[in-house]
Amino acid sequence: MEEIHKHFLNNNRRNFLKKAGLGIGGLALGSMMDPLNFGKSNDPFSALGNNSLNLPHFAPKAKRIIYLFQSGGPSQLDLFDYKPKLNQLRGTDLPESIRKGQRLTGMTSGQAKFPLVGSVYNFKQYGESRAWVSDLMPYVGKIADELCFVKSMHTDAINHDPAITFFQTGSQQPGRPSMGSWMSYGLGSLNNNLPSFVVLLSNGTGRPKGQPLYSRLWGNGFLSSLHQGVQFRSAKDPVLYLKNPEGVSALERRKMLDYLAELNHEQEASFGDPEINNRIAQYEMAYRMQTSVPETMDISKEPDHILKMYGPDAQKPGTYAANCIQARRLIEKDVRFVQLYHMGWDQHENLPNQIKGQSSDVDQPTAALIMDLKQRGLLEDTLIVWGGEFGRTNYCQGALSDTVYGRDHHPRSFTVFMAGAGVKPGFSYGETDDIGYNIVKNPVHVHDLQATILNQFGIDHTKMIYKHQGRRFRLTDVHGEVKKSLLV
Amino acid sequence: MKNKNSTNYQLLGYFLIPFFGILIFKFISNNPSETFGDLIKENNFTTNTSLNKNSSDYINFNFDVKPILSDKCYTCHGPDENARKADLRLDLEQGFYGTLEDDINKYIINRENPHESELIKRIYNKNSNEIMPPPESNLTLTNKEKETLKKWIEQGAKWKSHWSYSKPILPEIPKTDFSNWCSNEIDFFVANKLESKGLKPSEIEEKEIVIRRLYFDLIGLPPSINDIDDFLTNESNDAYEKIVDKLLSSKSYGERMASIWMDLARYGDSHGYQDDQERIMWPWRDWVIHAYNKNLSYDKFITWQIAGDMLPNATKEQILASGFNRNHKITQEGGVVPEEYRVEYVADRAVTTSKIMMGLTVECARCHSHKYDPISHEEFFSFYSFFNNVDEEGLIVYGETAPKPNLKITKEDLKNELSFVNLPDSINDVTLMVMKETENLRNTYVLNRGSYDSPTTKVSPGTPKVVLPFDYKKNPANRVGLSKWFFDEDNPLTSRVAVNRIWQQFFGIGIVATPDDFGSQGSKPINPELLDWLAYTYQKNDKWDTKKFIKRIVMSSTYKQSSKAKKENLLIDFDNMYLAQYPRQKLSAEMIRDNALASSGMLVNRIGGPSVKPMQPPGLWNEVTGGGGGSLAFYVPDTGDNLFRRSLYTFWKRTVPPPSMMIFDAPTRDFCVAVRQKTSTPLQSLALMNDPQYLLAAESLSKKIFSEKGASEKEKIIKLYRTVTGRSPNKTELLKLNSYLNEVKKINKYSDEKAFISLSVLVYNLDETTQKS
Repeated sequence: MEEIHKHFLNNNRRNFLKKAGLGIGGLALGSMMDPLNFGKSNDPFSALGNNSLNLPHFAPKAKRIIYLFQSGGPSQLDLFDYKPKLNQLRGTDLPESIRKGQRLTGMTSGQAKFPLVGSVYNFKQYGESRAWVSDLMPYVGKIADELCFVKSMHTDAINHDPAITFFQTGSQQPGRPSMGSWMSYGLGSLNNNLPSFVVLLSNGTGRPKGQPLYSRLWGNGFLSSLHQGVQFRSAKDPVLYLKNPEGVSALERRKMLDYLAELNHEQEASFGDPEINNRIAQYEMAYRMQTSVPETMDISKEPDHILKMYGPDAQKPGTYAANCIQARRLIEKDVRFVQLYHMGWDQHENLPNQIKGQSSDVDQPTAALIMDLKQRGLLEDTLIVWGGEFGRTNYCQGALSDTVYGRDHHPRSFTVFMAGAGVKPGFSYGETDDIGYNIVKNPVHVHDLQATILNQFGIDHTKMIYKHQGRRFRLTDVHGEVKKSLLV
Repeated sequence: MKNKNSTNYQLLGYFLIPFFGILIFKFISNNPSETFGDLIKENNFTTNTSLNKNSSDYINFNFDVKPILSDKCYTCHGPDENARKADLRLDLEQGFYGTLEDDINKYIINRENPHESELIKRIYNKNSNEIMPPPESNLTLTNKEKETLKKWIEQGAKWKSHWSYSKPILPEIPKTDFSNWCSNEIDFFVANKLESKGLKPSEIEEKEIVIRRLYFDLIGLPPSINDIDDFLTNESNDAYEKIVDKLLSSKSYGERMASIWMDLARYGDSHGYQDDQERIMWPWRDWVIHAYNKNLSYDKFITWQIAGDMLPNATKEQILASGFNRNHKITQEGGVVPEEYRVEYVADRAVTTSKIMMGLTVECARCHSHKYDPISHEEFFSFYSFFNNVDEEGLIVYGETAPKPNLKITKEDLKNELSFVNLPDSINDVTLMVMKETENLRNTYVLNRGSYDSPTTKVSPGTPKVVLPFDYKKNPANRVGLSKWFFDEDNPLTSRVAVNRIWQQFFGIGIVATPDDFGSQGSKPINPELLDWLAYTYQKNDKWDTKKFIKRIVMSSTYKQSSKAKKENLLIDFDNMYLAQYPRQKLSAEMIRDNALASSGMLVNRIGGPSVKPMQPPGLWNEVTGGGGGSLAFYVPDTGDNLFRRSLYTFWKRTVPPPSMMIFDAPTRDFCVAVRQKTSTPLQSLALMNDPQYLLAAESLSKKIFSEKGASEKEKIIKLYRTVTGRSPNKTELLKLNSYLNEVKKINKYSDEKAFISLSVLVYNLDETTQKS
């Protein structure tokens, strides 16, 4: 049988995914594929398939990424895009010469007037880079010299579902793989005990009952489900079904796996099905995860000064702050892609109040995470991205009063920031007009951002493709341009 | 009574199985099925020789050349007129034999002087300005591909139309040296192909393995030990066939078939976008089960789903069936432009329908003419226009479970024609979405780049010409006409696509491995004559009688043969594409859970009704809904019977689909899916080891086995093993199971009964348990 197995392992195109990892060190989850075998094959059902990806295409700057997704659309005008003129023009109508008939959401398209409104929060300039940051984000302000602000982001979608889907998958309609799945597919795993694409969720205090998320956002789309994002939860079972049932000792489990393997080998001997070996390996990986996941998530040994750095929520499981610590720990274990989602930025009404809580959820932990990575020497090859699916309007949604206003979705301009892994620190890119509606300099489209992120991983975004139903797909569809100006 | 003797039976069975196998084998070999002679008589058609060339040197345009051209050249020299370069088209015959646009002395293909062909020169060119494909395309030809193109030109460069666009013709039943192995016509085609590849078919599988295979394939549930024993002890010639007939008339058959159809029909119990609130479509699912069980012919099954509401004097059942094309996602996200989403729904219907009926990926043609298949941008919208007249809203009211058009089903209806709708006693009526045309039909326009706000030219309903032009005299230009067109005798795709999907149900992979792509970029049929024979037979002989057609498949030796891999076969065909043995396959997500429920005795085998919420880890829904989503903000598991219903009834919230299904490769149901992924992940191992549902099954089965007095430990182990895997353990296995049991007792100081639960957990985790061997 030995000879046949080798034959299988070497040749079985259809079983490509299954054999992954059998060679060295066992399987990984998601992308737990043997990195040596990565990209050697393709969709088992494609007619021709077999596109060698030859990754990385060039020397990478980044090995890992933490994407701090701010779900709902943070108001750039109250956080980073300082527009004093908006305060001067407060209450006056958005001129049609600026709006140019741009599409609005159904929530404000019926409004008779579009009164401009500046932020009630003050802005300050920070650091040597003199970056403008509002009082809502003092901690982020203090590390401004580490950050690369892109103030000229724009997107195609104006509603949450298509816009988040667009950011995560490069397409507004569901069905394509998430960015993390693409990376897992293209680059594989850096470790043997954890998934390479991990997802952490938190609910903001800014807007309770905010808009939802959808598990397809971290889905593998048409890629193998080995590449799906694995949610690490703050619940009893951090990964679904991770814990042994009550009363089952580790020793019993170990015994069971040993017997299971022996019995499965019996099967293999009679059926000659190479897939059986793979399944044995998956059980071993599962067993390792039972130790490695709780170990990674256990912050009891984090020293006080570190916990303090991440702020008061650091020890409350499931908060953004706690997830930031988790993210750092996952990165230390060489998880490739950590995707955080913080919900609650969708402030259509009563924005000044809601955004206050929401900002304080993220301000200190975000800054702490970046500095913590830096002090450990991990920021060099870990990319941090902070931002939402779109921005918010410079005009008020609903009634404008002295202290209260709301803002609708605004896809035409918004801000994201990045740090680490070869992006320029202490740098601002792009500009909006003086009332913060349109971009006037250096626009960056979502596909451009995606192309730039991939670029840091040594991936030419036009070349990392997957053939599905006869068509070659990529994260950036047929668009996207690497924004070299953002890079060191 | 039987239990006392079960060990004896098993031991006996163990020795006799091979013997029975041989018996069956011999019996079948001598008795070709009845229809066989009739078919041969009927065969006055010529074999479709265009598909039939085995000689290794001969380059077949459709099979060898077209895939290369399609994949590497059509992006610029294919059907898309906007992307076309140098005015050169390589998807049409005339393109090949012309000259270069800028040099009329240079022929693309020079048949007199093959090596002067520009095509050859360009692909072998080293100059980056001249080489094809050009470097910026990121496409390259392998040496083998270049060689193939060259050879083809040397052999005369004969062009042929794409294989799937000419209608299937009944091929002759081929001859084979393995005729003794053959049970029916299918086997002759398979055996002939095996022979030509130097492969040998496998002997008929052991009885206890084949019966489990059959049970899962036909009803999605495992056989009980009694079912297996009855079969093992029944020596009559028709024992197997009797089981086939029994299963095909079992109500569970409809459930098994429906669970496949629900993937294609993108069935869900929630609307799918943003807040993803509840919708009611389950009566449609009940209809699907009913339709399969009453063996509604495939033409009616499809016609009612596409156009049931428009048929003359449409019955309520027919209208209910049309709910099929309302299963797409619908948005409730305030703020969207309703028309943008209405366009999505219409496009979804067009794409889903063409995928299921034509096996074509027309969605590419939504934005521009198709890059690979000759389907124009305009043709997409002509096809789309069939579905563009639904009296629907793009943005529905928050909380609406069955937005218009809809159908109300009352208790009164249940007494009559809708008796199959399983309305709970506590509910008086139920309303679900169905199809209905608007009073004033909409004009359909080609949408530039597929975008709702960029209408260009007006189009009328029509179908892709390359498949079969729409005959306006014969068919009304609406969904009824479209259904007629699908079942037109001359439609080349309907029957092929349908039989291929059924084949996939039994063999894991279709004869065409891409059931949703019969076009240029799709896989080519591995056995084209068999595909055509099946297609012709389903359509002409069986008159779309699905049960009859399925019976033919499971009666074949190809289906009944052993799944044990043979070295000599594997060395030639390691993917087992030609089926020299039955392809061992992983059970579907539904089967894995249903096997646990059924074998442990926990299954509540009741048909239909509102979807149910079995156990799932707490918090999964509210973690992402953030508390929104109305009735679906929090997952509240059911209690009692509904925890143990078959998996196809599990409530499907699209944005957070049930983990017990998703972990085992079920699709999200966001859109039509024709092939599920087949993966093995550690998450699957964790679920089988630790999901309380499987632990409960292990416990319940152990209890059952222990409640029967007088059995020895060995007998208990055998019973456990047989109940879960369907097979008697061999000596080594028995030894190992026993020794694990003893170790657990020792480690945990467990009672016999408690340790037996641990053993049951082990058995539920065996590879064999989750496989169809």
